[in-house]
Amino acid sequence: MQRKSIGNILLLLLTLCVACMWAFPLYWAAVTSMKPEHEVISKTTFIPDVFNFSAYYFALFETNLATWYVNSLVTSITVTVVVILISVMCAYALSQIVFPGRRLLYGIILASFMVPSQALVVSQFVLMYRFGLINSWGGIILPQLIVPVVVIVYKQFFDSVPKELREAAKLDGCGDFQILFRLYLPLNWGITTALAIITYIMAWNAFLWPFLVTNSEDMMTVTVGITQVDDAFGVKYARDMAVAILAAMPVALAYLLFQKRVTQALMLSSGIKG
Amino acid sequence: MTSERRSKTLTAVLMITPFVITYLTVFAYPVYKMFALSFTNAPLVGEGEWVGFDNYLKLLNQKLFFTSVWNTGYFVVLTVIPNTLIGLGLALMVVRLRGWLQSLILVLFFLPYILPVSVVTQIWEWVLDQQFGIAQHIIEFVTGRRISVFRDPLWAMPMVALVTVWWTNGFNLLLFIAGLRNIPADYYEAAMLDGATRWQCFKRITWPLIWPVTALVLTLQLILQLKIFDQVYLMTEGGPFNSTYVLLQLVYREAFRLNHGGLGSAVAVFLFLIIVTVSVLQYQLLRVRGR
Repeated sequence: MQRKSIGNILLLLLTLCVACMWAFPLYWAAVTSMKPEHEVISKTTFIPDVFNFSAYYFALFETNLATWYVNSLVTSITVTVVVILISVMCAYALSQIVFPGRRLLYGIILASFMVPSQALVVSQFVLMYRFGLINSWGGIILPQLIVPVVVIVYKQFFDSVPKELREAAKLDGCGDFQILFRLYLPLNWGITTALAIITYIMAWNAFLWPFLVTNSEDMMTVTVGITQVDDAFGVKYARDMAVAILAAMPVALAYLLFQKRVTQALMLSSGIKG
Repeated sequence: MTSERRSKTLTAVLMITPFVITYLTVFAYPVYKMFALSFTNAPLVGEGEWVGFDNYLKLLNQKLFFTSVWNTGYFVVLTVIPNTLIGLGLALMVVRLRGWLQSLILVLFFLPYILPVSVVTQIWEWVLDQQFGIAQHIIEFVTGRRISVFRDPLWAMPMVALVTVWWTNGFNLLLFIAGLRNIPADYYEAAMLDGATRWQCFKRITWPLIWPVTALVLTLQLILQLKIFDQVYLMTEGGPFNSTYVLLQLVYREAFRLNHGGLGSAVAVFLFLIIVTVSVLQYQLLRVRGR
């Protein structure tokens, strides 16, 4: 028994060590962002001599970060709302209504898991060009609206709602739209928040598509915009780290506040029910 | 009866229309268009002529295509298996912990996964900076000199892989922890009573029971890492000497830099076919698992 508990303590210490090493780059970025630029390159200090926020001042007021924030917020929130809305309706129809072509549609949505959206960028770009949406919010948003997994997860959840519930609502004279938005959606509120948060995080973090479809600094999202800061001002690491931290803040906070929901959504979308 | 059926169908159509229209416009049509473009000599935007399999033949004569295929494969090898094993190892460590300590440690491991790719690459560019990067102390200790890792053909791809593992491992860790939690505790208790050692427990209980999750993580990783672009583009732009050039970057180069929409689409089709093949294999593998 004695030996076992020593082993346990050693394992615990090892775990702690590895976790700290894993998170070290994040700590290092945070510390660097609070140093004056000369201290960053003159010596290795793990805690800044003086906490200095000039890098944040620079990031906020002397770059286009504010504009990029607005672009990211508008596009990510729109993507989230539209994805949830169109997916939930489609899933409800697939789950609760018998209509011709239902199985075919379900099959097609399942099959589209295999399509890597990255391979579509050329033809999507051509399409957005024809629509005149290059360098616009619409151009950033549209190709991100199809997330098949959201439909599938909703369908599975709606399948498991007892049939009697819908029949009772029907007898009370509710139409399907009412049943969906007054009954089924509130019943699955937890899963809706989970899917919404994860969709929002993914949309905020998207890089390749926003990078291709925007070329003017005014239209870039945060993830694309911050890669431009170097080019314009030369490498200054305290500034870079401040910019990086500000860019990561909205998703890091969303994750820390809704940890359970984020992990639940990830499990569901990878096929493990959480 | 028929009128009820008709109204049902009408409701269904109303409900699926927004999704279906969006799907057809920004998903199905681009898939079709990708194939169509790949048989033309179209520039990025504008009309082209039908050229049959010319683009594909061109690829076979292009050295950069083979370099990209090779590098993509190399990157997959460097990431998929290590990422899975590290995920399992970390999960075995974290799952033993309890309460707030477990939550805290889980956050430390998982946080990188939530960050945008450009934030991750900025952080690592600083950590690995040749002159001032803190990781150079380790590199200097091991190799005896400071190395500009993203400018060295030998080091560039392994370092991109390292950053990728750091960035994406949280997700694998999560799946493994879920899998480990599903193993009933009595199995271990029974084994302990029989005097099994830790290693025996792992080999006889944990490993066989966690294998389905391992297979899932492996295949998910494989599909994900074949699509690599962002990290490479941000850290090395495919250099030095094309040593990190990958397939998706070739799509970007041909279509968006050189204005060869047709040829770029041909590379995209190639990547598409690889991923569909892997996905079908994955589906088969996991279906076997489900039986």
